[in-house]
Order: sequence, then C-alpha cells, then structure tokens
Amino acid sequence: MFSEFLQYLFTGITIGATYALIALGFTLIYNASHVINFAQGEFLMIGGMATVSLMAMGVPMLLAIILAVVLAGVLGILLQRFAIAPAKQADVVTLIIITIGASIFIRGLAQLVWGKEYHVMPNFSSDEPIRIFGAVLNSQSLWVLGIGAILVVGLVLFFTRTLIGKAILATSMNKEAARLVGIRTQLVLMLAFMVSALLGSVAGVVVAPITFTSYDIGIMLGLKGFVAAAIGGLGSGVGAVVGGLLLGVVEAMAAGYISSDYKDAVAFSMILVVLFFMPRGLFGAKVVERV
Amino acid sequence: MVNRFMQSRLRDLVFLAIILFALPAFLSNPFHYDLATQMAIIAATVVGLNLLVGFAGQISLGHAGFFGLGAYFSGIMTGSYGWSSIPALLVGAVLVGIIAWIVGRPILRLKGHYLSMATLAVGFIIAIIINNETWLTGGPDGMPVPSLDIFGWELSPFGSYSLFGMELDGNQAWYLFAALVLLVAVWFAQNLIDSPIGRALRSVHGSEVAARVVGVNTASYKSLVFVISAIYASLMGGLYAHFQGFITPAVAAFDFSIVLITMVVLGGMGSTMGVILGAVVLKLLPQVLADFQELETVMFGLILMLTMIFMPKGLLPTIQMAVSKRMKKKAGGQA
Amino acid sequence: MSALIEVKGLDKAFGGVHAVEGVSFAVEAGQVYSVIGPNGAGKTTLFNLISGIYTPTKGEIRLNGESTAKLEPNQLAERGMCRTFQQMQICMNMTAIENVMLGRHLKLKSNLFSTLFRLPALLRDEQSCRQRAAELMEFVGCGEYLDTEASAMSYGALKRLEIARALAAEPKVILLDEPAAGLNGTETAALEELIRKIADQGTTVMLVEHDMKLVMGISDRLLVLNYGRVLAEGIPEEIRNNPDVIAAYLGG
Repeated sequence: MFSEFLQYLFTGITIGATYALIALGFTLIYNASHVINFAQGEFLMIGGMATVSLMAMGVPMLLAIILAVVLAGVLGILLQRFAIAPAKQADVVTLIIITIGASIFIRGLAQLVWGKEYHVMPNFSSDEPIRIFGAVLNSQSLWVLGIGAILVVGLVLFFTRTLIGKAILATSMNKEAARLVGIRTQLVLMLAFMVSALLGSVAGVVVAPITFTSYDIGIMLGLKGFVAAAIGGLGSGVGAVVGGLLLGVVEAMAAGYISSDYKDAVAFSMILVVLFFMPRGLFGAKVVERV
Repeated sequence: MVNRFMQSRLRDLVFLAIILFALPAFLSNPFHYDLATQMAIIAATVVGLNLLVGFAGQISLGHAGFFGLGAYFSGIMTGSYGWSSIPALLVGAVLVGIIAWIVGRPILRLKGHYLSMATLAVGFIIAIIINNETWLTGGPDGMPVPSLDIFGWELSPFGSYSLFGMELDGNQAWYLFAALVLLVAVWFAQNLIDSPIGRALRSVHGSEVAARVVGVNTASYKSLVFVISAIYASLMGGLYAHFQGFITPAVAAFDFSIVLITMVVLGGMGSTMGVILGAVVLKLLPQVLADFQELETVMFGLILMLTMIFMPKGLLPTIQMAVSKRMKKKAGGQA
Repeated sequence: MSALIEVKGLDKAFGGVHAVEGVSFAVEAGQVYSVIGPNGAGKTTLFNLISGIYTPTKGEIRLNGESTAKLEPNQLAERGMCRTFQQMQICMNMTAIENVMLGRHLKLKSNLFSTLFRLPALLRDEQSCRQRAAELMEFVGCGEYLDTEASAMSYGALKRLEIARALAAEPKVILLDEPAAGLNGTETAALEELIRKIADQGTTVMLVEHDMKLVMGISDRLLVLNYGRVLAEGIPEEIRNNPDVIAAYLGG
C-alpha cells in the first residue's frame, strides 16, 4: 500500500518539477509582457531534441546539452524580437494566436530537421533504479529534482541580487516608470523571453530520458505548464512552483488510483475547481478595478 | 433616417447569398463540394463563436468541446438508439446549452487568461470523455453516423435529388443545404447583434463597468452568449456528423478549438463576414500548402504568425480599412 | 421625508490605507450636490462606493431609504442611479448613438425570440429608442455625431456623450465624475448650462469637480473632502468662507 503511494508520489514530484519549470517560464514572460506564450512547450522540445541529435553526431552529452540550451535561448530572443515585439498593440487573443502560430512554425521546423520519430535519450548517470521502501525511483528523477531546485534558487538570486533581474521585475511592475529610470525595456523583454526559453529547454533536457522526446511533445507539456501557472496564479513565481508540483502529484495519484485514461481530465478538473474558489489562482495578486 | 446596421446587414446577407449560390459554377468534382460543405458548416460554427469572442469579448479555447458533444449526441442517438435526425439535433442543442450554462456561469466570472484556461479545461475534459467512453462513442477509432433525415426525407452524399427540375447528386444537395444553413445562421447572428441584447453583449466588450452602471446584468449576458454560441456549435457538430457519416474524437479536440478561434481572429473579430472569410481561408490553406509537402506545417505556422502580426485586426477589417482609405483619398483628390 | 441619498460613517480601506474615512452626508431630491477636495482626497472612491462598484469597508449608504450594501451597480441602475466616469467609459466598439441607446437598456423589453426573428414589435421599440437617444444627443450638444463610430469622436464630444448615455436611463440621480476635466473655457460654460438644464428637469445631480467657479455657481450644497475625511459641508456661501477649506486649498 505505502510503497504504491510512494511510487506515485515519486512519479508525481518528478513530472511536477518539470511542470514547475515550464510554469516558471510562463510566469516570467507573463510578468514581463502580459503575454501567455503558447510556444513555451516548444522550448522543451528543442532542448530534448537538439541534445539527442547532437549526441547522435558524437558530441559529448554535456556539450550537447549546453548547445541545445543556447539554441533554445536564441530562439526565445528571436520569438520576442520578430513575433511579439512587432504586435505589441494587439489584442490578448491576437497575441495568443501569434504564439500559437510560432509554436506551429517551430514544430514544423523540428519535424523537418528531426523527423516524426520518437527519440530516446540516455540517463545522465546510472540506469540502475534506486529502491526506497519498496518503491522504485529512476535515478534521472533525482537529476530532475536537483536541477529544478538549482534553477529555482538561481532564479530567486537572479531577481533579487542582479541588476538585470531587478530591471525585469521593475519592467513587469510598471513599464513606463522603468523606462523613465533608464531601463531599456525592449532589451528586458528580450531577456525575459531568453531566460524563459533557457528554463524550458533545461526542463526538456532533464526530463527527456524519462519521457522520450519527439517533435510534438511540446504541445501537451506546454499546456500542462500553463495549467500549473494558472493554478498557482499567473505572475506568481511561488505559485508556479507550487502549482507545478501539485499538478504533477495529483496527476500521478489520479493515474494510479483512478485511471490513467482520466489523469489529464483530473488535471483539468483541478484547475476548474481552483479557479472556482480562487479566480486568480492560489497565489495570484488581488486587483482592484480602477475606474 | 436609415440605420447604418440595417444597411450593411442586408448588403452582407445578399452578398453572401450570391457568393454561396454562384459558387457551384466553380466547383467541378465531389471533392470540391465536400470541402465547400465542410466550410459552410464550420463557418456557421465560427459565426456563433464570434458572438462570444468578437462581440462580447470573451475568449473560448474549448469550443470544439461543444461541437463534439453535438456531433456525438447526434451520432449516438440516431446510430445506436434509432432517433431521427431533427429531434436528435434539437435535444442535443438543448442539452449542450444547459451544459454550457452550468459551466459558463462560474467560469465567465474569470477574466482574460484565466477564462482562456478554464474554457480550455472544459474542452479538454469533454474530449477526454469522448475518447475514453468507448462503449458509447467508439473511442479513438470513432463511430459511423447515419445520414441526415429530415422528417423522413433522407439527405445523403450518395443519394441523388432533383430540385426545380435540376438533377443534383448527393454532394451538391448537401452543399445547397449547408449554404442555406449558413445563411440562416448569419441572419440570426445579425439579428442578435443589432438589438438591445446585442448592444448589451457588445457593451460587455466595450466597457463592462459602463454596461453595469446603465443596468446591464453583465454576468447573465455573458452566460447567454456563451450558451448561444455553444448551441450554434452543437447544431453544426450534429450536421457535420451526419454529413461526414463518420466521426472521431478529433471533432472535440483542443486542436480543433484552436482552429475555430483562429478562424475568428484571422478573419476579423466582431465581423460576421470576416470570420466566414477566416473559416474559408483556414480551411483552404492546408489544401494549397499540401503541394509543399514537408514544408506544410512550417508554412502554415509562418503564414498564421505573419498575418496576425501585420493584420492584428484580421483579414476583412484590414481590407475594408484599406479600401475605404483609398476611396476617401480618391474623393479628396477629385474635390 | 428622508433624503434621496444618505451616507453614514462610510469607510473604505485599500490594504490599510483609508481612501474614505467616516464620511456622512445626505443629498435631498432635486439638489445639485457637489463633492470637492484636493487630488487624492477620496472623491472618486466615494463615487465608486455610492454607485456600487466598490463595497464599503464600514458604514452604510441608503438610496431612497434602502440600504445599497448588497446591490450590484446594475441593480442600483434599476433603482434610478446612473453615473459617468472620470476616466471615460465609452464602448469604443459601437457608434455614438448605440452608446446612448445602451443607456436605455432597462427601458427596453427584450426577449430572445423576437430578437432572433426580428419581429415588428422589436423594430418599433428600437425605432423609438433611437429617436429618444437622438433627442438626448441633441440635448447634450453632440447631435451631429449620431452614427459616428465612438472611436472617431473628440474628447469633449465623448464627455457629453457619456452624460447622454447616463440620462438615457432616465435616472432619479446622476453622478458626474469630473465632467469638466480636460474641457476648455467655452466647453465648460456649455457644460454648466447642461447641468443646470438637467437639474431643472428634476433630476438630482451629484458632482465631483475641480473647477471651483463651475461648482460654486451651480451647487445647492457642497461636501469638501481632505485625506478621505469630511473637511466641511454646507451651502456654497458657507464653504467659501470656511477657514479650513481656505487653508486646505491655499495650502496654508
């Protein structure tokens, strides 16, 4: 009984950590530009797929990962520069469609370059699973959690300790004021997209050995990240992490105890329940209507 | 004094009718008719969705859920339970309307991205249920649907008919029927928009607070338009099921929800003729791009992105603005 | 006979900051009642409380003797209250006259069936609604804009349009939030004339305004707010000679 529960918990936390990273990416871009980036999932895909294909060309794993992440970062910048920035006056829905167009475009490119097959990526370290109280933990899960934790701590430090991080925060609070004190807000937006892409691609790389990877994994993972971000409350970093872990665990429990066919339905029901009671998610800011 | 709306309304409806009934002159094979019929049905769905998105300003990323519910309700009741088509369509529409009202009431309190999230979730849940309840829906493999019967008169793509002495094959008859349905759908939508109810709906988009202080109960108007657009989707889903003769969970899938909302935004939110154009373009684009084979997806994404970046108001409003600007310039030049 | 609007011990705090604190006053039917005070004195917050957009932290508002605590803005509109906004709230996705016709929302019976089939009864109602709206636009002085898109109108015209929309509801009391803001001298004079005409028709007017000359000229009574509290209340003469008011306004 307990080992079963523990098994689901491990699975849940591992996938939840991935969701948390995607959700953080959403949050970052949302804060900086109030755009919900439906192409967020594609950064994950790029991370995993580029690493796999570079390794297949004989590039050592670590270098392959670094190159893949850099590629995603560049893509993030390009996305902001050429798709989001020119349309800054557009409606919310229009921006959503633009990012959806971008995601279809990126997916199409990936399909051209890498084909439609599933790709397998080896674990970072041993393939030997770890046994705890009768439950099995894939060693890669530890990598996911460890790197996830490092990224979260790194983000916190980035936003509280570095000038660039503070500039992003200031821009997200008040763009005009930020511009007045000399922050180059265009640059800041580009940075936000870049950091968000880096986060996404790292998540994509670490989770790839567990889930496999293919040109179209970005769609569902991206949506789950959006769900996690909304559960936590759009714009809240803490919310993104909590929302991601919660979503992962609930999903794993639902798959284990209810039915794996309905695990996604449980995830989507959860967001409805949360929004029903808390229209701005768990940690979302309360906004006073100004007229 | 001629009402501006009255004028453009009649003009639009007549214009649409002419195009719809002149189109067969350019359709040469069953495949063309098939595509045109699909377009008309999807366009009518999008006209309904536009009431919600374009006029009332509420985002829905899950509308295919309602389309799928309508399609499967018609399919199941006529196929497995021997109902005739019209009662199945109507009962399905009422049920979907009730479901939309029940879920719409709480989620329409949400604003912006939270509303998109919630509608997305509702659509997903419907799609997952359709996918998994194989005993009822046939699951991922889909299910066959009997052809449409209108009180005993059967309309099937494989039949043959005669109308005013003209010999029509089943595809042509279906096209004419779908064109008629689209015209009625547009007529209802226009009547709704140009009415006190329509003003209240549009005011929710224009300024919700202004609407409330003049006495508009914005919550119930949002629910109303959500229900109406869901009923449009349900009815069209049912017709689509009968026309295709076979449905799969794809009719309720998230991808299709995205296609529907993209048609609205691409064509021009809040422009009934615009969203019909959006439906046509988005349905034609893959056919045109099929020649590019591997490049199809890339091209599709690129075109979508570029159009929205450079025409954020949508195709038709942008074209109209350009035309009227040119006309003004001309008039100014002559004066 | 109780007052039309009665406010008692009204309090509104935003996260510990009191925007309005312990405010009490009464507006009699038929009056022109103005609220003045320096920027940030809580005037607009007070209007948002009275019109049901904000819920009070403490205190009570009565409209015609009925507590408004549980009423939404649209329910207040049903009871005869309508308003304009400092930051204009115009539906830019409609034409000018449609905005005013929207104001008659509560006067129109609308059912879905007659709407969908566009039955003659609906058309007749719409025709008379349009006529009334056109008259009101004439009345406020933007009659030349009837079928202009709202987004194409000038600021001053939109300000008048917003008043026409509020009047279209035939309110017992109309709340005008800084109607003269951003208007030039001629436009302000026309506005003064308009407010007088509205009051002469028997509509109670509540006014938030900066323009002292305008306010002193047309108000029956005034309420002066400072830092969310009542500094003075009375007829224009009293306010003009009140030392506290003079001190607050001259920064003394």
